[in-house]
Amino acid sequence: MSKEEVKIDDVVGHDDEYKYGFVTDIDTEIIPPGLSEEVVRLISKKKGEPEWMLDFRLKAYRYWLTLPVPRWAHLDIPEIDFQAISYYAAPTKKEGPKSLDEVDPELLKTFDRLGIPLEEQKALSGMAVDAVMDSVSVKTTHRTLLAEKGIIFCSISEAIKEYPDLVKKYLGSVVSYRDNFYAALNSAVFSDGSFVYIPKGVRCPMELSTYFRINASGTGQFERTLIVADDDAYVSYLEGCTAPSRDENQLHAAIVEIVVENRAEVKYSTVQNWYAGDKEGRGGVYNFVTKRGLCRGDFSKLSWTQVETGSAITWKYPSCVLAGEGSVGEFYSVAVTKNRQQADTGTKMIHTGKNSRSTIVSKGISAGHSQNSYRGLVKVAPNAEGVRNYTQCDSLLLGSNCGAHTFPYIDVMNDSAVVEHEATTSKISEEQLFYCNQRGIPTEEAVGLIVNGYAKEVMNKLPMEFAVEAQRLLSLTLEGSVG
Amino acid sequence: MNPLKQYLDLYRENRETIEQSSTPVLNALRTNALTVLEKEGSRLPGKCDEGYEKTAVDEMFAPDYGVNINGVKLPVDPSLTFKCDVPSVSTLLALVVGDTFIPTRTLLNNLPAGVTVTSLADASRTMPETVEKFLGKIANEDEAGVALNSLLVRDGLMVHVAEGVKAEKPIQIVNIFNTPVPTMAVRRVLVVAEENSSVKLLFCDHTQRDDTDYLDSQVIEVAVEAGAEVDICDIEESSPRTHRFSQLFTKQGNDSKLKVTGVTLVNGETRNNFTVKVEGNGCDTRLDGMAIGKASQSIDNRTYLLHASDHCSSNQLFKYVLDDSSRGAFEGLIEVAKGARFNEAYQSNRNILASKAARMHTKPQLLIYNDDVKCSHGATTGQLDERAIFYMQQRGIPQNEARTMLMQAFMVDIIEKVSIEGLSDRLRHLVERRFRGEDALCGDCSASCTPVTKKDNL
Repeated sequence: MSKEEVKIDDVVGHDDEYKYGFVTDIDTEIIPPGLSEEVVRLISKKKGEPEWMLDFRLKAYRYWLTLPVPRWAHLDIPEIDFQAISYYAAPTKKEGPKSLDEVDPELLKTFDRLGIPLEEQKALSGMAVDAVMDSVSVKTTHRTLLAEKGIIFCSISEAIKEYPDLVKKYLGSVVSYRDNFYAALNSAVFSDGSFVYIPKGVRCPMELSTYFRINASGTGQFERTLIVADDDAYVSYLEGCTAPSRDENQLHAAIVEIVVENRAEVKYSTVQNWYAGDKEGRGGVYNFVTKRGLCRGDFSKLSWTQVETGSAITWKYPSCVLAGEGSVGEFYSVAVTKNRQQADTGTKMIHTGKNSRSTIVSKGISAGHSQNSYRGLVKVAPNAEGVRNYTQCDSLLLGSNCGAHTFPYIDVMNDSAVVEHEATTSKISEEQLFYCNQRGIPTEEAVGLIVNGYAKEVMNKLPMEFAVEAQRLLSLTLEGSVG
Repeated sequence: MNPLKQYLDLYRENRETIEQSSTPVLNALRTNALTVLEKEGSRLPGKCDEGYEKTAVDEMFAPDYGVNINGVKLPVDPSLTFKCDVPSVSTLLALVVGDTFIPTRTLLNNLPAGVTVTSLADASRTMPETVEKFLGKIANEDEAGVALNSLLVRDGLMVHVAEGVKAEKPIQIVNIFNTPVPTMAVRRVLVVAEENSSVKLLFCDHTQRDDTDYLDSQVIEVAVEAGAEVDICDIEESSPRTHRFSQLFTKQGNDSKLKVTGVTLVNGETRNNFTVKVEGNGCDTRLDGMAIGKASQSIDNRTYLLHASDHCSSNQLFKYVLDDSSRGAFEGLIEVAKGARFNEAYQSNRNILASKAARMHTKPQLLIYNDDVKCSHGATTGQLDERAIFYMQQRGIPQNEARTMLMQAFMVDIIEKVSIEGLSDRLRHLVERRFRGEDALCGDCSASCTPVTKKDNL
């Protein structure tokens, strides 16, 4: 082992503290663990849902029973006991807060500590926030302002009651309950999430944001997000997540569905910072998420940007179905794994529309004993003429015990398509480190600099407010782990 | 239905016949093979298996093929195959008809000292230790595809190059199908290049009839010992009704060099597995492939390159041109094992779809368990440059001609990397004819090649 390597390993060695690892002591209503038709009915009843919603859940549950647990990912997933998880946990509330004064002060404190401006005056900084604690949407800000423009931004349970036609039309239209094991599970038990509808021709004046937090122990979080951008609409949507540090593994199986109509544009950014487990890999969140957008309209555009630093295991492929003519799909990702984390993440670009284009830029950084995989599909349907795709996935290895893997699938069924894929894997160049050292920059900082530069292409795609947070998060992660 | 069953039944019914016409070394493999295949859930890979999405090997083996378990010597007229031969390649020729090895007189008379080309049965009598040391040790005998080969193989081919011997003249092995009934050939090849030796091998697959279904199932094991150099070129020019499931396994010792080139020009359905394990330090590996698909040809190459040692480099380049409704698939996996340091591994896959109905499926993969590596892979799928065609048309080159020229130019980097003397020219010629659609019969051939009769050599 060279001297340089020893240094990097030293840097990798010490662990930083996960600053969101605290537990909030508030009254929470948790139903007993286990999953059965009764539980599905109970969740539906607790949420006061209409009959059609219950049917949707039951159909999903019955289908889920027939499915085997997927094992194809390059992940070592311990057996999950689905009967040991509680499928519904919510901060107790009487009627639902009418104003902030009615919200449990402990809860407000929690979100303050997480740096989320729940209070209206703070929120004037220009972001509308929907905060989801455990399974229930706690508070959505800025609703009146948005309502003036005709924008609907509320929790999905409210949407089910207040806008049943919209929900009925779009729910499950992109990610069907038959999609996969975790999508079926989510469809059966999802408890809350956000619903966004941007009407025709409206440009959403502010960033919309959802903050997810798992608090209670022994529970899973199953939220569901549905975003619909009607013709010529535009919205930028942010998602952030944290969880307390616990020794047990918690399951997070979410679904995000996005529908983009003619000439509309949706930008979806995620900074995923679930608790990743400790150095030995104890605890942490299993993040098994199905995210998919349907670019249904012509010249529509969907852009996914994700910064993945948390979770013990990540299994996530934000995808675009590019059905509209000239539709555009983008995927920018930075995935950082350290310690014993595992990630199998990437995207799917399914081109069925003429002249549709997609860009994939994926940057993986692995450190410690982690395994980081990129898995992606680019598919060009027989009738999709003039499709263009460019994929670039780079992996950076820090330390000799980690792994970086790439599994791209490229299926081209039309002769007019141009599809390119490039991948590289390497470690931080010793020359670059040496150059920095020469100029008085210590190795740790130098590694941070290089990694930040490496990830910049993706960071630049994040909205301002998030970019700062993500950059900080990345260097914070690096500080303790170079990872 | 599981096609394994018919082969297991065949084996059980004819166990004695097979074992009597074979040799103890080969028979020794069968015990393990039977255990593997009889295991609960054992099956040939099909479309539901990761890595076999585009070629269902189980379906390939499902029809009722005749297997030459008695070792009947089939008469052959090699001149049929060599009518279109380009005579510039000077090789030592051996024929394998179905699965029976037939050496030619040139081969026997001109083999340099220290080089042995013989049937596995003979080799297991003359050099039993060597055969035992390598046979079944390089291939993964626990895979159903390999186990099936081991179970049914009656004889095979052995190429052995003694320590320090440099075999200059390439050795050419021509596999021929000529039976009038659907036949499955169970071929087994063992190549051993001892320390500091070198050898060049050329495998050619031919069929003399295109009205019969054939199944070519082969396992090739190649041992490249320390400091040795092996160059293998495998060219398939069979018929649209030929199915092929070829599995090549290699292992490399310290400072050895290996080069494998797989060429598919005419075929029905082909699946080639290249499993290359680099176990020695300081090795150099090159793996190239080229496929030209027309009509409803299906070509599926899978490479698995394992770096398990230090200071090695590997390069892979696979190119496909697919026309009509042909199907192409490429899956390439590079794995750098834990603790394997200072390796460089590159892989590239470039494809051209020349028609609407052609399909290409690509899956380049990297599995990296060490940070001291330089690895990359790239894949592109596209079409001929319309502007280049337009440019050529402007200058009076007809469109068809322009397309052919561009496609040929696309294949040049593979062709030029072939190091067997004269073979580059021959390949260039074959590729040109292939693109012009003149692959079938000598009579239709516009190339003015001299028909050679190698019949005298027998």
